[in-house]
Amino acid sequence: MSVLAHVFEAAGIATIVLSSIREMAVKVAPPRALHCEFPLGRPLGRPLDPEFQHDVLARAFALLNETSGPVLVDHPEVIEADDQPVSCNLPPRFDPSLPPSVDEARGLRKAYDRALAKRGVTSVGRVMSADEVPNALGMLHAIANGQDWTTAGLPGGNTIAVCHDIRTYYEEAALELVDGPLPGGRAMEDWFFDRTEAGATVLAARAAIRDSGGKFPIWFYMTPGQR
Amino acid sequence: MNGDQMMRAHSATLPAPEFANPAWVTPVELAKATVAIVTSAALHASDDEGFTAGDTGYRLIDSSRRDLVLGHWSPNFDHTGVQMDLNVVYPIDRLEELAQRGVIGAVARRHVSFAGNQPDDVATIRLDTGPAAAAALRQDGVDIVILTPV
Repeated sequence: MSVLAHVFEAAGIATIVLSSIREMAVKVAPPRALHCEFPLGRPLGRPLDPEFQHDVLARAFALLNETSGPVLVDHPEVIEADDQPVSCNLPPRFDPSLPPSVDEARGLRKAYDRALAKRGVTSVGRVMSADEVPNALGMLHAIANGQDWTTAGLPGGNTIAVCHDIRTYYEEAALELVDGPLPGGRAMEDWFFDRTEAGATVLAARAAIRDSGGKFPIWFYMTPGQR
Repeated sequence: MNGDQMMRAHSATLPAPEFANPAWVTPVELAKATVAIVTSAALHASDDEGFTAGDTGYRLIDSSRRDLVLGHWSPNFDHTGVQMDLNVVYPIDRLEELAQRGVIGAVARRHVSFAGNQPDDVATIRLDTGPAAAAALRQDGVDIVILTPV
């Protein structure tokens, strides 16, 4: 973002960056930056909080009054990423003949469909539709149990995209099922990887690909780096 | 150390390009300015081309669209905030409200989305796609952009 700020400014457009990595804003020194120590992925800080979002924008636009730069100002509020899993009911086991994650994904379909109907759009679809999510989890289950990932038939042959679609399917469904306050920055990630059968399956498949000599990018980016 | 802390610590160590003699634009009065959003969230309209891994291109987003897909390839940031409220990444409704109140002059007719997964030298966005996107916004009469990362 800070690089793009320089590019746009050179084209004659005044810029303000909502910085998320303070050290990078210091190094690249865009003309005007408001550093926002908010959860990554939430540069305006709080979903569904127009008042807070307006406060961020007002502080950002105030930087336009400076007569020279670079200008780097910190937003006074820090919002920590919540790393407690959200409270979210999971479907009961329905078909014991299926791998647990496949059964679970099927059970979440109605919640996913409600989310899609409400939002009118889904971010599932890099390499597969929601219909294919249970089957893809079956493939990851097989990989975790010894099948060569290159012959497992993963949609698009792309481990990263498959995991994105699975996690997105779960997160969109879960937003319909969350009990309690809105999930914080890492709360849904923690729910997916620490509470769901799908998260466990992804982690197990990732470890199996790594341990069988799969190239680093093939397995590493299947999950967040700290996992 | 949670995921955000780890990502911030890692990102702080990445090489950063230097800009000698950086440009500085004296902005027009905010109440008369046309404002656009530039995000690195890889958002795109649901019927537009998605982003590939390592994509250094950009997508233009019509100001009227709210059916946006998050096409970013990084698993290292929260994706649910934008699912709950597009404005937490792409504050389009907030800008519309500011325009109605006369705080800003107008909301741009188009906005820009990049994917923040660039090669280390960021040459393409510095020399090619970045200037092209800026030219498109200049053509639309944009005076000010607010840049939102993920």
